[in-house]
Amino acid sequence: MFESLSDRLGDVFARLRKRGALTDSDVVEALREVRVALLEADVALPVVKDFINTVKEEAVGQEVIRSVSPGQMVIKIVNDALIAKLGGEGAVEIDLNAAPPVPILMVGLQGSGKTTSTAKIALRLTQKDRKKVLMASLDVRRPAAQEQLRVLGEMAGIATLPVVEGQMPVEIARRALNAARLQGFDVVMLDTAGRMHVDEALMAEVVAVRDAVGPVETLLVADSLTGQDAVNVAQQFHERIGLTGIVLTRVDGDGRGGAALSMRAITGVPIKLMGTGEKIDALEPFHPERIAGRILGMGDIVSLVEKAAETVDRQEAEKLAAKVAKGNFDLDDLAQQLKQMRKMGGMQGVLSMLPGVAKIKDQIAKANIDEKVIKRQEAIISSMTREERRNPKIIAAKRKVRIAKGSGTSVQDVNRLLKQHQQMADMMKRMGKLGQKGMMRGGFPFGGGGGGMGGGGRGGGGFPGLR
Amino acid sequence: MTDGPDDKEKSAKGGWLRRLREGLSRSTGVLTESIGSIFTKRRLDNEALDELEEVLIRADLGVRVAGRIRAAVAKGRFDREISAEEIREALAQELAVILAPVAQPLDPDGAGATSPRVILFVGVNGAGKTTTIGKLARLLAGQGKRVMIAAGDTFRAAAVEQLQVWGERAGVPVVTGKVGADAAGLAFEALERARAEGFAVLLIDTAGRLQNKEGLMSELAKIRRVLAKLDPAAPHETLLVLDATTGQNALSQVEVFGEIAKVTGLVMTKLDGTARGGVLVAIAERFGLPIRMIGVGEGVEDLQDFDALAFARALAGSAARSEA
Repeated sequence: MFESLSDRLGDVFARLRKRGALTDSDVVEALREVRVALLEADVALPVVKDFINTVKEEAVGQEVIRSVSPGQMVIKIVNDALIAKLGGEGAVEIDLNAAPPVPILMVGLQGSGKTTSTAKIALRLTQKDRKKVLMASLDVRRPAAQEQLRVLGEMAGIATLPVVEGQMPVEIARRALNAARLQGFDVVMLDTAGRMHVDEALMAEVVAVRDAVGPVETLLVADSLTGQDAVNVAQQFHERIGLTGIVLTRVDGDGRGGAALSMRAITGVPIKLMGTGEKIDALEPFHPERIAGRILGMGDIVSLVEKAAETVDRQEAEKLAAKVAKGNFDLDDLAQQLKQMRKMGGMQGVLSMLPGVAKIKDQIAKANIDEKVIKRQEAIISSMTREERRNPKIIAAKRKVRIAKGSGTSVQDVNRLLKQHQQMADMMKRMGKLGQKGMMRGGFPFGGGGGGMGGGGRGGGGFPGLR
Repeated sequence: MTDGPDDKEKSAKGGWLRRLREGLSRSTGVLTESIGSIFTKRRLDNEALDELEEVLIRADLGVRVAGRIRAAVAKGRFDREISAEEIREALAQELAVILAPVAQPLDPDGAGATSPRVILFVGVNGAGKTTTIGKLARLLAGQGKRVMIAAGDTFRAAAVEQLQVWGERAGVPVVTGKVGADAAGLAFEALERARAEGFAVLLIDTAGRLQNKEGLMSELAKIRRVLAKLDPAAPHETLLVLDATTGQNALSQVEVFGEIAKVTGLVMTKLDGTARGGVLVAIAERFGLPIRMIGVGEGVEDLQDFDALAFARALAGSAARSEA
């Protein structure tokens, strides 16, 4: 839907073949396109203006490096400035530096994702930081909101404060803090009702809660799909309540996320975490580089590499590397690869993070990659005997029929899988012979899933720089 | 809430515009102020038009549509001395030209004698589907219609309970399934029941989903297919619920939900904040989908028909004058 900034700038600079320093007029013309790109990405207008001025000052007079085009040079400058504005490289973690129980207050508009984010953060603190977390819902307005948090807590194995009918938010918050103190919890997450930043009565209510518990973190939960209004929301929540961080939700949508820049620029408060899916563990630290790339329409390659690194089990990968070196890559290994692929969000999940894919998105949609293919292939493999998985050569016609029946597929499907495996095994053998130069150490050859995509553009290799 | 329909009718006449204006006034305050300050006794030159365009961009109309409206306003007026009031009215008229064709209120009747009118609600997470259904059920039940709700959001924790509370308030039965149950199966069962028991309207909730999740989107297509088995015309209406704070991504939502869920109309919620919902103008211009309802507050009565001119004037900041 969006033309990427690099395409636009390509047009602007197509006429400019000269080298040397970027002149004032080059920059002005290029920044006009940058402005439109930022506005289309929902960055708020005042923030765009401010940003463009900063970049202009930086860009004029810069030498264009020999090997790059002026357009690329501008993109680099813009990209760097965006990352800096979004908070520089690296992520800011949740601050738990206080005597337990540490209160964390969650605030935001209706429907921004507070309750889900509360549970996600609680799970993250439980698993990654080994904290004992208590969650309490102060939402006495929306029907069944307290019930929602309770159910989420049950699903995630996080304690929730028992609901007492008729209690008001400040009372619930106090009760939560007391319970946490008595029962030795490290963290108390307080989920509040969604409220409009212009609703005086409700804003006063959340201020009263804040004063009652003195939260160490007050996190604004905000939808990454928000438009120009992001500045008003962030500013007013910040002025009234005093935010310490922002949680960006629905980052797994196809929005360009300009709201992140707006909110960060207007409040100066760091974006700490982002929600990346419906599953309860779909929460990641905020990485300015990634959002910068997305705002500019430059794909999300860093994310992809990181996600791969996280999902691919280190030991499994090492085992695989050893096997590959010896030249025996069997069907069990293939099943392992398929599983990892599925963990990364399937073929579409992987593809959506690659740069330049925006352009071919339509084609991908038309190609209709069937995510079920991966599952089906896993089913085929699990319908084989151990012997067959170790030594696929013994799979003759009769066995194929049995496997097809067992997995609810057809003999053609089984054949396709065997052929794919053969190709991958051959390729790995060759790579193994090339020496173990680290290329494959991260595992994850790309050949699995959707038929035509095998080896997609990366020479069938793993991801470089995985570890 | 206990007002008879007659009382309601009366108060609605005076109350509708007031309420809309109240809902929108916070947002238009800024808009009006900026336009006012741009155009008091001023020549309509390029600089002034730049500022007008920026005001529109800040209302989420998007770069392209803002440019178009800028051009339309400039036409015949360029370089003339023009007052703030004139420019507001001109802007309202231009917006209304785009919005008028899509202002088509929801028709809760119109289904066959043997079958209820089936209205399916779709949208991204947190847009306000469940709340809108709750309010609509109450409104329709208040008009004496026999309404049934199907709690088709079997994914989100406590979504079913949320609708059950609304059902109780409205005195309307809510068909529920187990958590994680097949939403299509539930929709089918609900329609069967609604038919057998002679209900007039069936409102079907669905789980929120982002439009780029293909698997989840195809679930919506399945719900449609299954409903059509019982009544080829069902769902008679498929409403996409949009959050007013959403920016340009709303266009992508309309496009994808439109294609896969065959959306027949739009509902915009949360217009009572500072978000201006200007993206509706961009959507109207590009897709021409009817806007069925807007939400301007938390109360049941804050769910209202969409009136193009009132909305345009409220956006342009001239509602006060036009009603007086």
